[in-house]
Amino acid sequence: MEPVIFEERKAQIQRKGAKGAEPFSISCNKNSLAGAVSQRACVFCGSRVVLYPIADALHLVHGPIGCAVYNWDIRGAMSSGPELHRLSFSTDLREKDVIFGGEKKLYQALLELIDLHKPNAAFVYSTCIVGIIGDDLKAVCKKVEAEKGIPVIPVQSEGFKGNKREGYLAACQAMFTLVGTGDTSAISPLSVNILGDFNLAGEIWIIQDYLRRMGVEVVANITGDGRVEEVRRAHGAALNLVQCSGATMDLAKMMQQKYGIPFKKVSYFGIEDMSDALYEVAKFFEDKDPEIMTRTRELVREELRDLYPKLQLLRKDLVGKKAAIYVGGAFKAFSLVKSFRHLGIDVVMVGSQTGTQEDYQELAEITDEGTIVVDDTNPLELSAFIKEKDVDIFVGGVKERPIAYKLGVGFCDHNHERKEALEGFLGMYNFAKEVHATVTSPVWNFTPRRRKSPIASPDVPACAATGRVS
Amino acid sequence: MKKAEPFVSTTNACKMCTPMGAALAFKGLEGCVPFLHGSQGCATYMRRYIISHFREPMDIASSSLGEKDAVYGGKANLMQGLLNVIGKYKAQAVGIATTCLTETIGDDVSMILHEFKKECLAGLNGDMPALVHVSTPSYGGSHMEGFHAAVRAMTGQLADPEAAKHDGVNLFSGFVSPEDIRHLQDIFAHFGLPMTILPDYSETLDGPALEDYQNIPGGGTPLDAVRAMSGARASIEFGRTIKPDLSAGEVLREKYGVTHHSLGLPIGLRESDALFTTLESLAGCAAPRRYALERGQLLDAMVDGHKYVAGKKAVVYGEEDLVVGITSFLSEIGVKPVLVASGGESGGLSEAIAAVTEEFPGEPPLVRDGVDFYQIVAEAEALEPDLVVGNSKGYRGLARARNIPLIRVGFPIHDRFGSQRVLHVGYRGALNLYDMIVNALIKKKQDDSPIGYGYI
Ligand code: SF4
Ligand code: SF4
Repeated sequence: MEPVIFEERKAQIQRKGAKGAEPFSISCNKNSLAGAVSQRACVFCGSRVVLYPIADALHLVHGPIGCAVYNWDIRGAMSSGPELHRLSFSTDLREKDVIFGGEKKLYQALLELIDLHKPNAAFVYSTCIVGIIGDDLKAVCKKVEAEKGIPVIPVQSEGFKGNKREGYLAACQAMFTLVGTGDTSAISPLSVNILGDFNLAGEIWIIQDYLRRMGVEVVANITGDGRVEEVRRAHGAALNLVQCSGATMDLAKMMQQKYGIPFKKVSYFGIEDMSDALYEVAKFFEDKDPEIMTRTRELVREELRDLYPKLQLLRKDLVGKKAAIYVGGAFKAFSLVKSFRHLGIDVVMVGSQTGTQEDYQELAEITDEGTIVVDDTNPLELSAFIKEKDVDIFVGGVKERPIAYKLGVGFCDHNHERKEALEGFLGMYNFAKEVHATVTSPVWNFTPRRRKSPIASPDVPACAATGRVS
Repeated sequence: MKKAEPFVSTTNACKMCTPMGAALAFKGLEGCVPFLHGSQGCATYMRRYIISHFREPMDIASSSLGEKDAVYGGKANLMQGLLNVIGKYKAQAVGIATTCLTETIGDDVSMILHEFKKECLAGLNGDMPALVHVSTPSYGGSHMEGFHAAVRAMTGQLADPEAAKHDGVNLFSGFVSPEDIRHLQDIFAHFGLPMTILPDYSETLDGPALEDYQNIPGGGTPLDAVRAMSGARASIEFGRTIKPDLSAGEVLREKYGVTHHSLGLPIGLRESDALFTTLESLAGCAAPRRYALERGQLLDAMVDGHKYVAGKKAVVYGEEDLVVGITSFLSEIGVKPVLVASGGESGGLSEAIAAVTEEFPGEPPLVRDGVDFYQIVAEAEALEPDLVVGNSKGYRGLARARNIPLIRVGFPIHDRFGSQRVLHVGYRGALNLYDMIVNALIKKKQDDSPIGYGYI
């Protein structure tokens, strides 16, 4: 096989067990290599992903039009009420704004949009250009806030200042300015905030339902189906449940520091992680409510009673198949590895865009010998891995789908644009169904890597056209 | 023309940014990797957007500027990035488009490329790919300006001043679908007219299933064919609103004296007639019978279906040249375009719409350029349209909100299957559009009827 690994990227790819006794190490969180086609997004994208689902806020992108237009209503973050977040607002900077500065335009845009849409807060995202032309975002926001009487919060998300991770931090800092400004008087002692769930395909509602059945109040959804008022009173919750290693961890840490709210890292993907998450919550509140553990066990039992037979049915067809995983956050990769195990599928490649050294270490620990672990990869590498490992299913985002399909590999969309709920016990079933649907499709019998085309052999001269040519 | 609405902000833009158009155009050159000189995020965003439409891999490399580079200039990143792309992709060509960032910090890309060629030629064993570059700050226009600028740059920078004269015709077909490109190629072949179409992403963005992944998908306009464009006997360029300074046909005319025919996008009867008569005069013979037949079949369909569409009111939006073609066709079949809107601002939309609608009696459509979907929706309110024609992005605000059908054309189509295979051009494209329109109206009537006839 032709080597497709860029020399400079060698350290970002590791094979488990390949180096014998050497400790597993991978370098990551570097800026993407120039000229490689990275799947990685920018700071702004990170901030936008996190804050976007806050449905009653105005999200104004201060920059040229592209930065706003490519993420307009492409994510399935659902709201049970207002849907202001589904509109795409931009200052649409033009040449003269770039030359003379965009502050005035930003100011006017904020005034008109706030008057028109009456949001409960406004987030103003800065993009690369704004960082260069030096608009004073903070000053403009402050001025509008004073005039309009709603929080107007600058998000310092200039794209070039790093990758998505920095964007998550900027988003957390922005939200943190809201936390602590609301009334917390009526909040139950058994209460949590759900952090890092974006309510894709209504997932947060699944989790909320479990918590409700356990007797736990959810104070703030951060940010799926989110509301400004909820974020303001989030400091009244007894516990923060943080999903996904990256996106909202910073906010949890800030809240711990300032308000002493402990947090737990959880994942809602897959059977173990979902149950563990609920048990953790039950354990945490056990001293306040001794019955909660019993209720939780009953809940999990009930859900599993329903789920198991259905999974077994699907598993029959999946045992021994091989999976490759490439997702945004490494935390999700952990859950996926475990979920595939339930389905009898071996994970032969796993990677993420934003994992840390520890994440990759942990991934290496839970996967089998020979599994490829990779940080911030590109299509060339992905396709080489898929071929080398003869993968049956690839889990990734929308950018990976065409690569998998081109090579005749099944695919499951596990990124922010997914339209199927994959969280919770219900989500595990949906996931299994999706995996089953793609892996067992008859089309793989016919794709070129499995069956050669019977026509148009290159060894035989092609026929020349005649007849109805004119 | 833009409504006097005093909005300074844009809500739900009806356009994309300039470099994206350039990247799409570069994708139609054989062996070419589109390369954005700027920060990483832009390339990733655009790739995702394009992939969702074509369902094909779409690699766009980026020089991935970081904060330091934004301050000190992106030269090192651009050079390193080019080396990497050339090395790993074995690219025959790299299409470099600037972004807002690098335009604002003022990187002089031609100079950097000049240096690159000097410094790195030896390192590449004398194998320097064609480097085409285009300046595309997004604040200077929409994706269509980027598209045309890239086509013009490929033509202007690659066409060989010494090219031998030949009988071929250059075709600059604009931002059409892969299916459109294939149909145009067939038409020329049936006329016996050798042609070079630029860009040709009919295969690069609608490729076959593969056994081995190709770093650069097969297909695309061959580089040598582009080099020979300066020797062609004529050029044809589609797009009534393309300004001369963005026209590839104009470049060839000015620099090499190649006769230039500027036509509208051949959508509908009359705009297709214009194409076929031009081809007849270039070929010096009558159109092959199959096209006479297709034209006749189109007319026959227009007659058979005219009552289904009579008097229906349509809102049309999207790229300027596309909406001109669609509006022209709708007017021909008896659908009344009441509002024609675009996020583009070429300045030529009103005039082009007037030209294709003037022969029909009644109020001309409202024409709005430089607008966003918020304005289009507001404007459509009082017009009570029966159908909407445009890309996916008007679905929620225009079609769903009013419970009227959306006929999906152009780009992006993110909520239907087979976007790459929508045929818009020629008589056959018109027939395809006609079937879609009539069937959508019939379906609407059927769905709304309490009786549920299976015979309409
Ligand atoms: S910065 Fe410019 S090039 Fe990049 S996405 Fe935004 S508008 Fe497009
Ligand atoms: S310009 Fe900057 S902020 Fe906008 S998409 Fe590109 S990298 Fe992201």
